[in-house]
Amino acid sequence: MGGPIVEARGLHKHFGALHVLKGVDLRVAERELVFIIGPSGSGKSTLLRCLNRLEEPSSGSVVVDGIDMLDPRTDINHARQRIGMVFQSFNLYPHMTALGNVTLALRKVAGKSRATADALGRAALERVGLADRAGHTPGQLSGGQQQRVAIARAIALEPRVMLFDEPTSALDPELVGSVLAVMRSLRESGMTMIVVSHEMGFARNAADRVLFMDAGAIVEEGAPEAIFERPVHERTRAFISQIQRH
Amino acid sequence: MSNWTRFVETFLNTTVMRRYLPDILAGVAVTIELALLVVVTGIAAGLALALLRSLGIRPLNWLIVGVVDLFRSLPPLVVIVLIYFGLPSVDLSPSGFVSTWLSLALVLMAFAEEIFWAGITSVAKGQWEAARSTGLSFGQALVSVVLPQALRLTIPPLTNRTIAITKGTALGSVVAVTEILGQASSAMSNSYNPSPLMLGAAAYLVLFFPVVVAGRWVETRFAWKR
Repeated sequence: MGGPIVEARGLHKHFGALHVLKGVDLRVAERELVFIIGPSGSGKSTLLRCLNRLEEPSSGSVVVDGIDMLDPRTDINHARQRIGMVFQSFNLYPHMTALGNVTLALRKVAGKSRATADALGRAALERVGLADRAGHTPGQLSGGQQQRVAIARAIALEPRVMLFDEPTSALDPELVGSVLAVMRSLRESGMTMIVVSHEMGFARNAADRVLFMDAGAIVEEGAPEAIFERPVHERTRAFISQIQRH
Repeated sequence: MSNWTRFVETFLNTTVMRRYLPDILAGVAVTIELALLVVVTGIAAGLALALLRSLGIRPLNWLIVGVVDLFRSLPPLVVIVLIYFGLPSVDLSPSGFVSTWLSLALVLMAFAEEIFWAGITSVAKGQWEAARSTGLSFGQALVSVVLPQALRLTIPPLTNRTIAITKGTALGSVVAVTEILGQASSAMSNSYNPSPLMLGAAAYLVLFFPVVVAGRWVETRFAWKR
């Protein structure tokens, strides 16, 4: 493992009077898989969204792959190609086919020709096991398949980091496995991943590190076994016992 | 003479109709020309305003909303009269044709802007975020992701509004535009017989019925499978 590929320091985020992030520091090494857990409203998603500046941090710094994300001189659209993001609600473009979804940014942002973009797009769909669904529109795909297309859309740009914002929360239980399988294979290919999720089983056998966030701060972090079996903080313990009851 | 013959004599008088048919047809040409101009410029201007509004520049948006609300509240006839009789006082003398075109285009622009804007804002925020997260610029996300979805949503209300306002070309008869209604009314005064008006009504039907049907077709054609 090299130096940090993602480094956030002193991140604060206010939404009006609401103080959502209260000085968060996050360092993620290359090829690391970091899991972020915490109660709803704890700031996990906001933290993730500050990393690719979908959310503008109120203060602090974010450096991804050597690029200062908050520097006004940074070409944010160029920088975002290196940071893939997968959303809870998939957010596929409903008016395009699966292949269209995957190739849009390849053509518009990466400047690939249609033929090259199509080839790269098909390869990305192949990686998520959906090569045969290239011509389907999102409406013709199951939730699990849609989320895998969304993952293909992100990895087609060959990002250095992937952000997952509750990727399985909107899925029926029987469809979760297929998405986790894709995430696992992505991890095995050496992708750096930051995952906000409550899939404990996945966290246990795939995560390098688990962060527990509460009230806008990272309360505790450590190896999965440590966080899940021997949480130090009272709030972590309460949260873990609560989600394990379900 | 039975009631029916009297009715036919009065409203469906073939001799009168035949005599004034060329006038009505000339009116059809003017109506088509006027309608096309209104639709193209009105919708284009409405879309342009909606796109400007999506940039989120506050003072500009107040201005856009002000103009749009103004033209949505004024009856089109009032706008026509204001332009036709009002502009000469600032040394501009638009013809009846130009006055009608401008007025209806401004009214259609106002309604189209609101419809396009509603379409743009109804596209889920996640669509913007997904597009921007892959590096698309605001403009690229708008053009490739948001607008295609917004436009589909706008087709039914926009079709209705466009038809309603385009029929307002008949208001041009008030400022001496020789469109269908103008031709029909002068033919009626000249012949002392309302048959040309029936001819005019038939012309409007022939003109707008296909548009209404086409609108319906476009609506089904552009609805995408969910």
